[in-house]
Amino acid sequence: MLRRLRGRDLGFKIGTGAFAALIVVIVAGIGFELWRQSALSIQKFGLAFWLGDIWDPVSGEFGAKPFIWGTLYSSVLALAVATPISLGIAIFLSELCPARLRLPLTFLTELLAAIPSIVYGLWGIFVLVPAVRALEVAMPSSLRVLPIFSGPPVGVGMLSAVLILAVMVIPFTSSVAREVLKAVPGSQREAAYALGATRWEAIRAALFYARTGIIGSIILGFGRALGETMAVTMVIGNNPQIKASLFAPQYTMAAVLANEFTEAADDLHVAALIEIGLVLFAITLVVNTASRLLIWSMNRPIEARRATRIPVGAATAGGPA
Amino acid sequence: MQVPRFTRRNALAAIAAALTMSAASVTLLAQVSQINGAGATFPAPIYSKWFSEYGKLKNVAINYQPIGSGGGIRQLTNQTVFFGASDGPMTVDQMQGAPGKILHLPTVLGAVVPIYEVPGVNSELKFTGPIIADIFMGKILKWNDAAIAKLNPGVKLPDMDITVVHRSDGSGTSYIFADYLAKVSPEWAKTVGVSTAVKWPVGLGGKGSDGVTGLVKQTPGAIGYVELVYALQNKIDFGVVQNAAGEFVKASIPSVTAAAAAAVKAMPKDFRVSITNAPGTGVYPIASFTWLLLYENPKDKAQSKVMVEFMKWALTDGQKFATDLGYAPLPPDVVKLELAALATIKVS
Repeated sequence: MLRRLRGRDLGFKIGTGAFAALIVVIVAGIGFELWRQSALSIQKFGLAFWLGDIWDPVSGEFGAKPFIWGTLYSSVLALAVATPISLGIAIFLSELCPARLRLPLTFLTELLAAIPSIVYGLWGIFVLVPAVRALEVAMPSSLRVLPIFSGPPVGVGMLSAVLILAVMVIPFTSSVAREVLKAVPGSQREAAYALGATRWEAIRAALFYARTGIIGSIILGFGRALGETMAVTMVIGNNPQIKASLFAPQYTMAAVLANEFTEAADDLHVAALIEIGLVLFAITLVVNTASRLLIWSMNRPIEARRATRIPVGAATAGGPA
Repeated sequence: MQVPRFTRRNALAAIAAALTMSAASVTLLAQVSQINGAGATFPAPIYSKWFSEYGKLKNVAINYQPIGSGGGIRQLTNQTVFFGASDGPMTVDQMQGAPGKILHLPTVLGAVVPIYEVPGVNSELKFTGPIIADIFMGKILKWNDAAIAKLNPGVKLPDMDITVVHRSDGSGTSYIFADYLAKVSPEWAKTVGVSTAVKWPVGLGGKGSDGVTGLVKQTPGAIGYVELVYALQNKIDFGVVQNAAGEFVKASIPSVTAAAAAAVKAMPKDFRVSITNAPGTGVYPIASFTWLLLYENPKDKAQSKVMVEFMKWALTDGQKFATDLGYAPLPPDVVKLELAALATIKVS
């Protein structure tokens, strides 16, 4: 009996291990395949592909810089808009919300995540873009001289893309952050209250305790923003140019892939598009690795303190000041 | 304590039964000969109609995936589909990259029309090719530009910036439009060129016909272009364009068919011809064939036979379905030439 169970344990271990290994194989496989299929473009352009700002399928000149810029700029700005709102939602739902409202509100935020991105895109074209245009037209000319508000007020452009991305990112970041806050042991808050903390201070203690998970939720949102395709391409204006202006039409990597891949017949054009995929893959990898390192470096001091048996609650309650 | 086990024997029996059943359905499909094709999205509605009508007549299953012209050409070259379809003819390089000789067979015609949103202007605006080219190159910037005003006397054109809207996705529509502009504007031919996706000198990119229409309708001062089919089905007003003979022609199904008829005299044997800016009267200038692509000597002769029979039907009886769907049917002279070309395809 015992031997058979041990055998099953071993089988289970091998089985699950194989599934985990499969992930590594898939990631490596995707990277390799992208690299192989874009060989033509890599050979022809080399580093110039990353630095070039002309994308001309007719003359066969391909540079990815405007797309890299558009992707990073829109994602970072979307994160800047979405993060405070998401954390606000998460804190309200986990700490302050009356029990009666908690379930419906949670359900509604998670519902936002289930809406297909094409629906967001259509909503963007017909509702968001006209509203953004009205805002752009109404902006006083004294502000219009600023570089971030320059250009004609057409509605489609970076600002619409940022807003739509923010709306799409919020449900992801807020629901993960809420789960993380819910997982903070009650003893943390009790300890804070016992030390005479106000409610706000107790929440801050909980936030500090949950900080690695919260960073993780923000990174998850960033990943979502980097890769979002359909909704963005419908409102960003699809013009490969590098501008700081929020009103200027720009372009992202995922959008150019969705736009041009089906009709690209020329081998070099296809290879260049696949290399865009490779660049996006590399950027995602770097972002995720960097966030892991960040979380790891944040966790270290706590573990060190744990090792010397200083009560964590006491340390965290005083910590964030 | 016994851990409950899967009843392996039952599971095996179920899998075996499922395999037998799917094997049976595969043989069934093989009997009615499933033929696969892929390519352009523009003719997809008429192709679906044809395949379903013809399937009723002959009990053959032809399957078409509208994945885009480029994808269709790639899949045909890799021989993962039996036939392809494209809105632009294959280039010489592409034809040389294919493992066998490929025939281009025009099936129906399409046209591209200019759409615009100019506040205060309710009448149809007139355009010439060079003016459209200058607008899309960012050289004409205002609606009340002298060149536009001269063509449209009596129309009160506002002093408003022109916002150019083009397709952001690679598309046959852009190909036809750019092909026309390259013919009427040497500068366009030199600096921009012709492709399903070009480096647009100015403007906003809208995804798909609905994306372009959405942007044009919402942006005061915008101009864009869509397929005639799309404009007719969605009741969108569009502008009039001057043809090579100097007439201002509004796109319609007869004026598009006329463009093909005008090109018959100069029709090359392989049908790889652009009919934009075609000569003759009553011709709408931004028109094009859409092609179905077949190997002249394919491996599977049984499929080839079915496909040739189908094409004969589509070029004759099938043409009557075109008008209802918004496509212009082929002129009879072109059909005659194509039937002769079909006879060269090996079926045994």
